[in-house]
Amino acid sequence: METYVQSHPIPVAQPPKHASPLGRWLRHEILASPIQAVGTLLGLSLALTLIWALVDFTIVNAVWTGSNRAACAMVDQQLGACWPFIKDKLGQLMYGFYPADARWRVNLVYAVGLVLLIPLLHPRARYKLHLSIAFFGLFPLFAYVLLYGGPVFRPWLRAGATLVCFLALTCLAVHLKLINEQPFARQVRAFGLVVASIVALVVGLAIAPVFEVADRLNFALLLLCLVALAENRSPRGEDRVWAERGFCLAWAGFVLGLSCGFDIVAQPALQIIPTSQWGGLFVTLVVATTGIVASVPIGIVLALARRSSAPIIRTLAIGFIEIVRGVPLITILFFSTYMLPLFLDQPPDGLVRVLIGVSLFAGAYMAEIIRGGLQAIPKGQYEAAASLGLGYSQTMGLIVLPQAIRLVIPGVVNSFIGLFKDTTLVSVVSIFDLLGGMRAAFTDPAWSGPSILYTGFAFTGMIYFGFCYLMSSYSRLMEEHLRVDHRT
Amino acid sequence: MLTAQNTPELMADPMAIRMVGVNKWFGALHVLRDVNLEITRGQKLVICGPSGSGKSTMIRCINGLEAHQEGTIVVEGTELTEDLKKVNEIRRNVGMVFQHFNLFPHLTVLENLTLAPVWVKKLSRRDAEEIAMHYLSKVRIPEQANKYPGQLSGGQQQRVAIARSLCMSPRIMLFDEPTSALDPEMVKEVLDTMISLATDGMTMLCVTHEMGFARQVADLVVFMDHGQVVEVSGPEAFFGSPKHERAKLFLSQILH
Ligand SMILES: Nc1ncnc2c1ncn2[C@@H]1O[C@H](COP(=O)(O)OP(=O)(O)OP(=O)(O)O)[C@@H](O)[C@H]1O
Ligand SMILES: [Mg+2]
Repeated sequence: METYVQSHPIPVAQPPKHASPLGRWLRHEILASPIQAVGTLLGLSLALTLIWALVDFTIVNAVWTGSNRAACAMVDQQLGACWPFIKDKLGQLMYGFYPADARWRVNLVYAVGLVLLIPLLHPRARYKLHLSIAFFGLFPLFAYVLLYGGPVFRPWLRAGATLVCFLALTCLAVHLKLINEQPFARQVRAFGLVVASIVALVVGLAIAPVFEVADRLNFALLLLCLVALAENRSPRGEDRVWAERGFCLAWAGFVLGLSCGFDIVAQPALQIIPTSQWGGLFVTLVVATTGIVASVPIGIVLALARRSSAPIIRTLAIGFIEIVRGVPLITILFFSTYMLPLFLDQPPDGLVRVLIGVSLFAGAYMAEIIRGGLQAIPKGQYEAAASLGLGYSQTMGLIVLPQAIRLVIPGVVNSFIGLFKDTTLVSVVSIFDLLGGMRAAFTDPAWSGPSILYTGFAFTGMIYFGFCYLMSSYSRLMEEHLRVDHRT
Repeated sequence: MLTAQNTPELMADPMAIRMVGVNKWFGALHVLRDVNLEITRGQKLVICGPSGSGKSTMIRCINGLEAHQEGTIVVEGTELTEDLKKVNEIRRNVGMVFQHFNLFPHLTVLENLTLAPVWVKKLSRRDAEEIAMHYLSKVRIPEQANKYPGQLSGGQQQRVAIARSLCMSPRIMLFDEPTSALDPEMVKEVLDTMISLATDGMTMLCVTHEMGFARQVADLVVFMDHGQVVEVSGPEAFFGSPKHERAKLFLSQILH
């Protein structure tokens, strides 16, 4: 073979330009082959027909004003929307039988929820931890107090009392460990704190059920534990420790002051609105949000349990997942609503029973989705974590789960969307969600006729579509942002 | 905390690793057969042998990634048992570098390096980052600190992996074929890093087929075959005139 030696380098050139980019696009991407051309035209005409039908129905032929069925008599023939019907029933569709003069409470919960959620959803948000605590920890309590009613501050105190016991336990565990360590001064302090937290725990547990005074005592103890925890944090500069100590003091003082203060100003309480009066989009959102938020931790725990090496835990997890996944949601809702009370002395509220059923159902599905992600994590990741001395919970929480969950975001959101629409099933256990409320509205004799049905279903359809589309768009955004391997 | 560092008896023991009569089976497969090895502090061992001879398994037993069934392994004065506390103590003293790097792809280089110091050694983030940057400079890629592993070349990733182990200030480093997943041009940069580590006096066990590295750095070459340690000798002796038939055959194959 002849040898070849390059005599001069080839210069860098611009890519070739096409005379008409539009023509190129048409030729190469739209009409490249006869089949593609036919498909394009067919698809376009179908889409246009459908869109036109929708526009025709919702706008062109629609009736916009009126106050009863007479106004819509005309559209019963020519297929148009009867918007006055929606306008008339809007309050009921949004809030169910929630009293009109208390609807501000729902709106306030929406507003606070959005204010917390929107920055939390931003991929590069700052203060994520604080926002998460606020949204997942404090917001549910806030929503409960506002939506259900009753004493305004009492639930916070009860939650605080529970928290104080939990914190005291943590504090105890941490300091029991520290007792063996050097130097002596730290040992002494650790011992002191252990004793203090045991006392706090005993007192907290003993009087937790007796509220009133106990609440306040608990908060004094909460203060102690928080300060102790802040002290115990790894070395990070005196100023930080003091800042934390100050923060804990201020916070505990604030709550303490509040709890003492409201006795004097007479205990404020909101009118109790039983969940049987909740309804409409409002209850759909309550059920869907609870299910979505609860399903993730339940799913993670179940997925880890299912992969656990302890046979009993694994078998229990498999049994639970298979049973819950293997029956329809309606069965679970029926069971939790009508059968569960037969086994319990003090059955929880009807809506709470539904929420528990929905969460467990969604959690079982989520477990399988997350397990799929866990299986995709290579063994090398576990080995690297082990070789660095990370324990089980650190390996899972810092290495494995963050990667696994990013891998399964599409599946997770798919499950969220499914759940959002599955909430319509709660109407079979007489909870009037958006769709249930709509069907109740159909029975109003002041409004009847075929156009009412079309309008109602079109309206609910648009609302469901709007929420689901938002969720899927957001998931696409997150997928872009959180690609696990960051290859560019 | 009580560590080997401040107890005089243990300081007196010059042994970094002692393996006595170690046996291991994968099911019925006898992968380590009566392995005896003593490695003093600061010694550098190169372990070689044909594929499937149990090299990886042996060094993975040292930090408990694989459990041995018979015999004793003592690392820096701590005997490796099933006790998780002991295992974790040993893992804190022993760094490991893998063939496929095993960096955490969802974390930046800096986060890869600070993770264990912060969560295992409970250092403050600031201290951990300082240490991390020190070791990143040492492996000569401080400018990559905020990139993700997927954005680095193989050689750079392996150097990050070495730095990640060093951040835990281990006394022993285990390397399992650290260069065999790399393109030839990148082998040198990783070997250079390992050589400089060796010069600093680290106790090192390297499974590698880089004979140039073995000649330059190793105090001892361990040749394994079928789960047995077949020959242990100095690099000169091993490469000049291997004693064992299997070693001769192996060398003749890889040197061509
Ligand atoms: N997890 C496992 N389960 C069953 N057998 C295994 C396992 N890991 C390794 N083996 C077997 O044990 C033997 C020793 O494997 P090992 O990985 O230690 O060899 P090696 O010397 O490192 O080989 P290589 O040079 O190919 O990496 C091999 O026969 C291998 O097939
Ligand atoms: Mg190997």
